[in-house]
Amino acid sequence: MAWLTGLPLAVDLVLGTTLLWLAWRALSSPDLFQAVALFIAFGVILGLVWARLDTIDIALAEIALGAGVTGALLLAALSQLQPAEVDARAAPSATGANEHQAGQPGQTAETADADEAQHKPAVFRALLAAVMGLLLLAALFGLGLVTWQLWEPSSGLTQQVNTHLPESGVEHPVTAVLLNFRGYDTLLEIAVLLLALIGVWSLATASNLGDTTPEPVLAALSRLLAPLMILVAAYLVWVGAHAPGGAFQAGSVLGAAGVLLRLSGWRLPAGAAGWPLRLVLALGVAVFAFIGIAVIGLGEPLLGYPTAWAKHAILVIELAATLSIGAILASLFIGGRP
Amino acid sequence: MLASLSVVLLLAGAAFFLGGSVGMLRFPDVYTRLHALTKADNLGLGLVVLGLMLQAESLAAVGKLFVIWLLLLAASATASQLVASWAQENGFAPWRG
Repeated sequence: MAWLTGLPLAVDLVLGTTLLWLAWRALSSPDLFQAVALFIAFGVILGLVWARLDTIDIALAEIALGAGVTGALLLAALSQLQPAEVDARAAPSATGANEHQAGQPGQTAETADADEAQHKPAVFRALLAAVMGLLLLAALFGLGLVTWQLWEPSSGLTQQVNTHLPESGVEHPVTAVLLNFRGYDTLLEIAVLLLALIGVWSLATASNLGDTTPEPVLAALSRLLAPLMILVAAYLVWVGAHAPGGAFQAGSVLGAAGVLLRLSGWRLPAGAAGWPLRLVLALGVAVFAFIGIAVIGLGEPLLGYPTAWAKHAILVIELAATLSIGAILASLFIGGRP
Repeated sequence: MLASLSVVLLLAGAAFFLGGSVGMLRFPDVYTRLHALTKADNLGLGLVVLGLMLQAESLAAVGKLFVIWLLLLAASATASQLVASWAQENGFAPWRG
């Protein structure tokens, strides 16, 4: 079966071509819904590409966060945009004075744009296109050159990480880097997520998504899936110590469970939407920062856990971070202060 | 023997996926397209999972593969039901020969 040796290469070529094609279609599609659907497909294919490159951690994160949660966020944003878009399209033909008023600003802006475009000579636009094309070509050439120079497989920091792995408290190098060697990166990432949510909350209160009675089939599925997703999240946190997994992957599964429950009509009880929710949201950053600073009292550097405690410290941080990331992602999807 | 049976099952699964994809592109309305899609999802993936089970290294891996198939059955059935009921509510008439 000599012909089988070419099969992996063929699969990689198909994946790579599909990826580029999906990216181009997602960017060039005039229909926003189609663009979002293509973006989700792009995320799934990108996850497969990462899996082919033997980076299961990134594949998991890409499919759960890049395709799943981001896709849900984009669709939620789209559903908020849609009514406004329909209004804007309907306004020019509408005879109602009120609707006409609503469509006015957008319309004047459009006509102004069209006028300006007509004033620009065609030569100028062609020149602009040529310059942009040249710049793109130069960028592509540069990227190609860099890729060519990186072709020599270099060991990077792998050796160093593996040497110090026993001190990290975990057996999986990716978790060791994320939670120990470069812990401040992860701490700041969780903080960025929390800041993003604070930004969203400061802009609006939660829309009434989920007020309607849900589809019975969807409700049944969510009752089946929600406990399973919590189980999978717990598994992913635990397994992160010695295999691909960890707080971000587990958190995104928890967040997806929240999105599913929200879509199938489940709502947080009023008593839990106040300070208990805020506590869960801030827990990850708080626990991470507290442990990171507390170790200074033991004569260690910031975020430098003593080797004897590293395993427990990382587990506590990951559990808190998972809860927070899940709650933050689900709250981002809901999209407003409760 | 086990390996060739596995290959046969995988190819049969791939054939269902191909048929489902062609059906989704060529069938005339949303309901028949859903039919093609769920056939690929349910039967095609079922055959692929069965083929992979024969190559699995442990009983736990066999169990995981089976659970993946069950979860996909539930998700695919729910999704197609949601799409179909949305289409019906919004007046998409079923195609009649």
